[in-house]
Amino acid sequence: MPQAANTQAPALKLAPTPGQTIGPFYGYAMPFDKDNELVNQANPNSVRLHGVITDGKGEAIPDALLEIWQADEHGIVVSKDGSLVRDGYTFTGWGRTAVDNVGHYTFTTLNPGATEAGKAPFIMLTVFARGLLNRLFTRIYLPEDTAALASDPLLAALDDEQRRTLIATREEDGSLRFDIRLQGDLETVFLSYPRGS
Amino acid sequence: MSTETTANETFNDSHVLDPAATTLSQESISQEITDIHAAYRQSVVEGKKAETQPRIDFAPYRSSLLRHPTKNLHHVDPETIELHSPAFGERDVHALESDLTIQHNGEPIGERIVVAGRVLDGDGRPVAGQLVEIWQANAAGRYIHKRDQHPAPIDPNFTGVGRAITGPNGEYSFTTIKPAPYPWKNHHNAWRPAHIHFSLFGTDFTQRMITQMYFPGDPLFSLDPIYQAITDQDARDRLVASYDHSITSHEWATGYNWDIVLTGSNRTWMEDEEGEN
Repeated sequence: MPQAANTQAPALKLAPTPGQTIGPFYGYAMPFDKDNELVNQANPNSVRLHGVITDGKGEAIPDALLEIWQADEHGIVVSKDGSLVRDGYTFTGWGRTAVDNVGHYTFTTLNPGATEAGKAPFIMLTVFARGLLNRLFTRIYLPEDTAALASDPLLAALDDEQRRTLIATREEDGSLRFDIRLQGDLETVFLSYPRGS
Repeated sequence: MSTETTANETFNDSHVLDPAATTLSQESISQEITDIHAAYRQSVVEGKKAETQPRIDFAPYRSSLLRHPTKNLHHVDPETIELHSPAFGERDVHALESDLTIQHNGEPIGERIVVAGRVLDGDGRPVAGQLVEIWQANAAGRYIHKRDQHPAPIDPNFTGVGRAITGPNGEYSFTTIKPAPYPWKNHHNAWRPAHIHFSLFGTDFTQRMITQMYFPGDPLFSLDPIYQAITDQDARDRLVASYDHSITSHEWATGYNWDIVLTGSNRTWMEDEEGEN
């Protein structure tokens, strides 16, 4: 795994196209059948990932669209096609869901494994919403491997409160709980990457 | 790809229609935009880097007030999963899904157009075999979406949703109907310029984006707080398609060209660097 030094990232050769808000009217276009089921609920290794998305007043955002992208339980990045047809057998690593009327979302997925020995496993999350002018990226870390979490370069650069916003809670039934706060108290840490724009 | 109701379409739309916001005049919204843009241009004169993306904190777009992070994005070095992207292919998308005019029994009403172009990454490399999704209002400015209550006609022959997989040179092409502007509730007499929503994937998931394509010469550009949230004129121009007579076809459809440039791949240069070490 190369360790990037951000200052070494080469400049973009072309100016990137700007993003825009997803707007309010994606509901008949973007969702598809079983979009949030990366694996079937009957899969013995399936896990529920869920939470709510809230605004700066702590109120639920009912018109957000979320996507996750992750490795499988062995830490393998599968990159298989077939996400849009969801045959119930192919794990593609990618899922999408529109939140419900009270800002709640659910994915049925696998606990991702570490992509390299000693690394803290996490799920990538992208947030789109009416009122949000460009997408946001963050990471959903699994809570179990405390040694790996302690040595994670991103988490190490954050204070305790910020760090907590990125680590999911394991519930009694095995579900992962991860709330998203776009603004205000315990605002989720959102990420930018080298060569972003 | 169906017009059936999904869960998020059925809730009360009172949160969308803010009665207080509709008392604001276009003049006051336009003044806010003018002031922000003037401050931006001054900052560029003073040596600040040109902006390429919309501000996420842009008060003239009232819905953004409580929905933007107040802290700076945290810069991070991408790790394995962030250096790859989900894959899509023929299994996911049928070739006919790129023609929005043949999804029903009859012909949709309106101006038939072809929108074609290429998806490139920030290094100019074509993004091949990747998913492009679009959705849009019809020729009267009405979405199929249940929450769109704009009193303009629904077209029973037009849903306004399409998908395509890019070709080996990153190329895509959609046949559709030119959408119309439509009113919204940001302020009094607010109208969106005509646009088509585009959803794009790259070779790294960090390149994921959703945006809106506009049509050349739209008189509503200067009045629209969503479009004007991009403070830089050159950046705004990148969302406007060009009329292209070579895409226009004889006695069938007019043509527009729009190329999309995603942000840069990190996988390529990080792998190159590893190879050198």
